[in-house]
Amino acid sequence: MEALIHQIVAKYNYWLYIILMMIGLYAMIAKNNLIKKLVGMNIFQTAIILFYVSIGVKKGATIPILEEHGAGMGEHAVRVADYINPLPHVLMLTAIVVSVSTFGVALALAVKIYQQYKTLEEDEILMRLREK
Amino acid sequence: MEVVHSIRPLLAVLVSLCAVPLIASSRKANIREMWTFAAAIVKFLIVVSMLPAVLRGSQFSYTLFEFLPGASIEFKVDALGMLFALVASSLWIITSAYSVGYMRGLNEHGQSRYFCFFALALSATIGVAFSANLLTLYLFYEMLSLATYPLVTHHQDQEARQSGRKYLTYILGTSIGLVLPAMLIVYHLSGSLEFSAHGLLAGTSSKGLTTLLLLMFLFGFAKAAVMPFHAWLPAAMVAPTPVSALLHAVAVVKVGVFSIVRVLTGIFGVEILSSFHLGTVVCYIAAFTILVGSLIALSQDELKRRLAFSTISQLSYIVLGVALLSPKGMEGGIVHIAMHAFGKITLFFCAGAIFVGTGKKYISELVGIGRRMPITMAAFFVGALSVIGLPPTGGFFSKWYLVLGTLQANQWPMLVVLLLSSLLNAAYFLPIVYRAFFCTDAEALFENKVQEGPFWCVAPLVLTAVLSLFLFFYPDIFFRLTEMAIGM
Amino acid sequence: MSQHYPVLLVTVPLLSAFIISGLSWVKKSLCYPLALLALGTSVFCAIGLLLRVLDAGAVEYHLGGWVPPWGIAYRVDLLNGLVLVVVSSVAFVNLFATHKTVQKDFPEKMGIFYTLYVLFATGLMGITVTGDVFNLYVLLEIASLTAYALIALGKPDRAPLASLNYVFIGTIGACFYLLGIGYLYIMTGSLNMADIASLLPPIYHSKAVLVAFIFCMVGVLIKMGFFPLHVWLPNAYSCAPEPSSSLIAPLMTKVMVYVMIRLIFSVFLPDFSFHVLHIDHALVWLACLAIIMGSLLALAQKNIKRTLTYIIVSEIGYMVGGVWLGNRLGMSGAILHILNDAIMTLCLFLAVGNIAYRLKGLELQDLKGLFRKMPVTMAGFVAGGLSVIGIPPTCGFFSKWYLISGAIQAGQYGFMAALLFSSLVNVVLFFRIIEIAYFEPMESLHGAASGHGIRQEAPLSMLVPLLFVAISLVVVGIYSGTIVNHLIIPVLPKGIG
Repeated sequence: MEALIHQIVAKYNYWLYIILMMIGLYAMIAKNNLIKKLVGMNIFQTAIILFYVSIGVKKGATIPILEEHGAGMGEHAVRVADYINPLPHVLMLTAIVVSVSTFGVALALAVKIYQQYKTLEEDEILMRLREK
Repeated sequence: MEVVHSIRPLLAVLVSLCAVPLIASSRKANIREMWTFAAAIVKFLIVVSMLPAVLRGSQFSYTLFEFLPGASIEFKVDALGMLFALVASSLWIITSAYSVGYMRGLNEHGQSRYFCFFALALSATIGVAFSANLLTLYLFYEMLSLATYPLVTHHQDQEARQSGRKYLTYILGTSIGLVLPAMLIVYHLSGSLEFSAHGLLAGTSSKGLTTLLLLMFLFGFAKAAVMPFHAWLPAAMVAPTPVSALLHAVAVVKVGVFSIVRVLTGIFGVEILSSFHLGTVVCYIAAFTILVGSLIALSQDELKRRLAFSTISQLSYIVLGVALLSPKGMEGGIVHIAMHAFGKITLFFCAGAIFVGTGKKYISELVGIGRRMPITMAAFFVGALSVIGLPPTGGFFSKWYLVLGTLQANQWPMLVVLLLSSLLNAAYFLPIVYRAFFCTDAEALFENKVQEGPFWCVAPLVLTAVLSLFLFFYPDIFFRLTEMAIGM
Repeated sequence: MSQHYPVLLVTVPLLSAFIISGLSWVKKSLCYPLALLALGTSVFCAIGLLLRVLDAGAVEYHLGGWVPPWGIAYRVDLLNGLVLVVVSSVAFVNLFATHKTVQKDFPEKMGIFYTLYVLFATGLMGITVTGDVFNLYVLLEIASLTAYALIALGKPDRAPLASLNYVFIGTIGACFYLLGIGYLYIMTGSLNMADIASLLPPIYHSKAVLVAFIFCMVGVLIKMGFFPLHVWLPNAYSCAPEPSSSLIAPLMTKVMVYVMIRLIFSVFLPDFSFHVLHIDHALVWLACLAIIMGSLLALAQKNIKRTLTYIIVSEIGYMVGGVWLGNRLGMSGAILHILNDAIMTLCLFLAVGNIAYRLKGLELQDLKGLFRKMPVTMAGFVAGGLSVIGIPPTCGFFSKWYLISGAIQAGQYGFMAALLFSSLVNVVLFFRIIEIAYFEPMESLHGAASGHGIRQEAPLSMLVPLLFVAISLVVVGIYSGTIVNHLIIPVLPKGIG
């Protein structure tokens, strides 16, 4: 029991992202309203972004901005353990952009669907499609 | 044995392919027919030009594309291929003349398409005849299946549609489902697909696997109409008669049976077949088809269907002959490819001439027709004699050798089968001729006025009947080629 | 100049897309020529690159001069050299062939269409050329987003919904892939493919690497349309307008098969994929299921485009099964099939595009008598159909040869049976269409002696590409042996039997 709680507490970032991901997946599958599905998709992607950011963390480290003066940069080595890993953050900037663009495309599609069917509920749309 | 590298085999195949655009684009019917004849004659001449060298013992070879080692698109002209090619190309000239008479006589539609696909089908047939390995044979086999589909379904009505469906189901279904995997397994076992003198599979596979492969090939080449994959043949009789005549008496069915002969001799080889006693297995399968085919033929009233079942039965003679694995038997089987072709095509030509001249399709309607079309029915009689196997026609020799072959191979049941089926053949052919000529005035359905079919229909059938007779007196070329084919 | 080919391939279309987007406000008629120019440059670069790789071996290009693993590297070997040529040529030919349809169906959106088109091609070529796993994700999303938009340009009642469905499922797939490479990054600290491959072997048996593999594979399989993760495919491809579907259908799924092969070859080396994990048998059985279900579902369709989309699902099964057979023959068959399937699918979709240009509907019953009305288009369609069935000498036969031989060698007779079954079902599918197009009621025949009066063929700019693709089906088929020996066998890694 102790070991199990220790496991959960030590890797809480994993558990968190998994829970968020499952919430997002649930919303995408189970919700009827298209906008709610979209929000679920966004939660899904955000969970992964959170995950990536969380893996860059180091105990007792500070933000990865080097304070020294411009010209002498790179002459002495930097103590890596003092700064959290900036690379996942950089990667996730790209992923956030992707997520936002996907959300934008999906919203545009939802608008088009609304113009055509005057509703955003998926079951009503499918019913109308079947009637045709 | 000398191997000559020459492009002539490829040219023989390509002649009719090149004629297709010319035929398709001709505005006037006479020009179109001229291109067909030109292609047929040139093809025949190319094939004949290679004959002397082949008779002397050399082989022509030409490789087009190398795909994998042992599997390439390659042509080889040996005695067996030469025999088939001679039959097919000579009969194409005659059939083209007959087609002209038939199609114009009935004012059929879509004649350009007909002649184009006919040329394509002949290209594929010569391709099969000159294949050096199983891959090339498979390629041209499939090309033939596809090229004959528009010909079989020429009339484009509901019946043609159903028959076309049956045709494709049997022929493409078996070639893709049975021949293709068998071919690939052979390649996997032996690393090559070349037809070689002693077979490829020697020592590489077990009895069970060899039997399985043999059955896959035997039934996979459904064009040979070995029962139970024979049903496409009667269905294909819905095609115009020249199509039935050339393709289903000569080209398509002979391609099927030729492929089986090639596979039995070139891929399996006589040694492995006799050591595993597989010859007997094939003999019994062929015997079944022979007998059942003849029995069903007896019950058919439509003339073309009776001829179709007769063909199914006769094709298995060829398979039986080769499966006997004795020299006389194999000779009989292989030379029957030629003898049966001339005899059967005469019969189909007669059926078509009767249809063009009188519109009759059923045997019961043909009482007394000898009064109206004596030449046609005389030719029919000669053709029937050839198929039954009686002198003075060429068919006699193939039957004779087959009978000797059964004795040589100690297969007494097969002897009984052969004699029985000859009786059945006589039973379903001779009454037609008898009723045509010898009947009372009251029974006759035709007047006593002679009115044959169109000239271009009658001349070819007389020619093929005469050739059947000719082959009795001068069968040497075909026998020489057959002996060389076996001796290899 | 030629050392910049890898990056020119991607940046020229990328920048042109922006220019086209701007031009669409100012002078619409320039959009199409500029798109042609951009994709033409890509074709040229791709062919140049392939020749260079054939000559001198794999080409590496460091973006911005940064050395990997700190920088992004583009790496072109024979595998992606071949796929690059396929992608760029198919996009180029299709651009040419569909111009008339675009002018007819949505002329006011022409600028937008060509922008998206060129961006999609950029995305796909970037996926193929990159040697960095995260860069692959970015370009994958570029390709996917433009695909969603291209699909949504179809009929307003169906296309946006089909596209939205594709958005949801496609995003899940891409996110799984992102997650997978996240785990890889945790374990190796690198994003460069070659670097990861050198760092992974000591940690093959860790759970995290296994999870990374599973997430990457499932994500790629979703994007590929592998049964049963294919549910987005039929709707998306059949509701899309013809110019879009004949671009996306031949390419998107095949490039994802390439990604799977690249992951197996160069990231998780064959040692891991085949010898540490023992999932190859399971995946071959799943592939058999995909092939059979794809064929059966295709039989049930009444619309010609939907039939073709289910055939794509079946073909993906061929490729996935071929890869996971685990021997050289199967792998060669799968890679050859990437090339062949792209050409066959393009041929079929171009023919359908021609038919849609002249006819109102694409239900099977609408195709009556098409052999008389559009003989050249139907000839192209028949050529594509014969290749899908697997009749020599078309290219489809030769990839089937390798796949079946690989199955025999690996003892996977179930896979061989599934391949033969699907060939037979394809015979039924295509001859059903050919029958409807060929057989007409007798009345209309006897009147027309020559039949030239009712011919209503598609315009020449649509026929010529179709014929070109149909002829290349046969040419590629005949040269299969050369292609396999020179382009495919050298790239197979040593871990495969």
